[in-house]
Amino acid sequence: MIEIKQLHKYFGALHVLQGIDLNVSKGEVLSIIGSSGSGKSTLLYCINGLEEIQKGQVVVDGTTVHDKKTDINKLRQRLGMVFQQWNSFPHLTALENVALAPKIVKKVSRDQAKSIAEKQLKHVGLGDKLDVYPSALSGGQQQRLAIARALAMEPEYMLFDEATSALDPELVGEVLDTMRLLAEEGMTMICVTHEMGFARDVSDRVAYFHQGVMEEVGPPEQIFGAPQSVHTQKFLANVR
Amino acid sequence: MDYNFHWRPVLRKLPELLEAGLLTLEVAVLSMLLGIAIGLGLALLRMQGPTPLRQIATTWVEIARNTPALFQLFFFGFGLGAFGLHLSPYLIVLAGLTFNNAGYLAENFRGGFLAVPETQVRAARSLGMTAIQTYVRIIIPQVLKIVYHPMTNQMVWAVLMSSLGMLVGFRELSGETQFFASKTYRIFEYFAVTAVIYYVIVKIILLASNLLARRLFRY
Repeated sequence: MIEIKQLHKYFGALHVLQGIDLNVSKGEVLSIIGSSGSGKSTLLYCINGLEEIQKGQVVVDGTTVHDKKTDINKLRQRLGMVFQQWNSFPHLTALENVALAPKIVKKVSRDQAKSIAEKQLKHVGLGDKLDVYPSALSGGQQQRLAIARALAMEPEYMLFDEATSALDPELVGEVLDTMRLLAEEGMTMICVTHEMGFARDVSDRVAYFHQGVMEEVGPPEQIFGAPQSVHTQKFLANVR
Repeated sequence: MDYNFHWRPVLRKLPELLEAGLLTLEVAVLSMLLGIAIGLGLALLRMQGPTPLRQIATTWVEIARNTPALFQLFFFGFGLGAFGLHLSPYLIVLAGLTFNNAGYLAENFRGGFLAVPETQVRAARSLGMTAIQTYVRIIIPQVLKIVYHPMTNQMVWAVLMSSLGMLVGFRELSGETQFFASKTYRIFEYFAVTAVIYYVIVKIILLASNLLARRLFRY
């Protein structure tokens, strides 16, 4: 379980997260929507400790993320992350991209890392691209490669930071399908997204962020059908 | 035209010239290896070192790039000599070239590091890699590709620059050529043959560099 308690985050004078309280249980799919600059991506970075926080705490399965005593590299193995810019490692083949972290972080054997990588690449539909370098893959394929790379660490949670916003429109579908597949398999997911269809169909809950505040959170029927907050209503009226 | 070319004395000394060519190559390669190690350190210091060290690194780079290489050699020869520290001609050239290489390479490396997106670091760290693993496995291999060809240029430059050695009494290829030329007065012939030797050395370096690049960078 991920527990976020009274989380405050500043970039200099900018108060980007203003006291967020949010719990995500095992098996849940949470989508976070909201306009750019509302703090939703920053929240993901705070969850896996890529960003420092100024107040409050984030607890993942009982471990406090920003505690000095926490072994953050160990904790991050539980938290897979997929970025907007897919960030495949350009000097490694698809197989090497996926096998590297199991090999050097989890210290599994070379053969085992290779078979994990093969399995995860097949999982995301790239079973025929094992020895291809990222430069020869489309944006959608590279994003699926990034998903396979995160899955290879066998995380308990997957964090998606606008995984489809940098893609050409015709490539968005394949990545969303992969994310749907993970949700069906019971993966716990937090998805920062601009894909309202995905948020509505796949999520158990949807949170709407506005200027560093979580305005509203609830089942998709509530958020999309009968939003309580004026800001949520305005936002949804604009994106429809 | 009343000048008669005499090639025979030059050709008779060809083995000595080729040996001096090897010495040239040796000092250039050593100055490159040292220059790469120091240059990498200077680049890292300039990017994230504590202020005093950063200033020292910046000063090094500024002097190496903005003053004649010959003066840098003279500093290690006559400059240190004035303070009672007398280096051998070999060490003067090695130190001078290393100083110069490190300065230029530091800027290449710095550019290389800045060219790798910050997001690569985030991606690697999000997988649980340590900062060191991220540098060794993800960042440096990418930097290497970016700086590879500028580095090859610097290697060629080091070979050619080592000819300044003849001005501090070092008998590398140019020094050796000068020595024989002044004994026989076949100055043009000697330097023409030596130019060919330099040309061949550089060609071999470029060829080797291209072959290595093809093996190293398949992407």
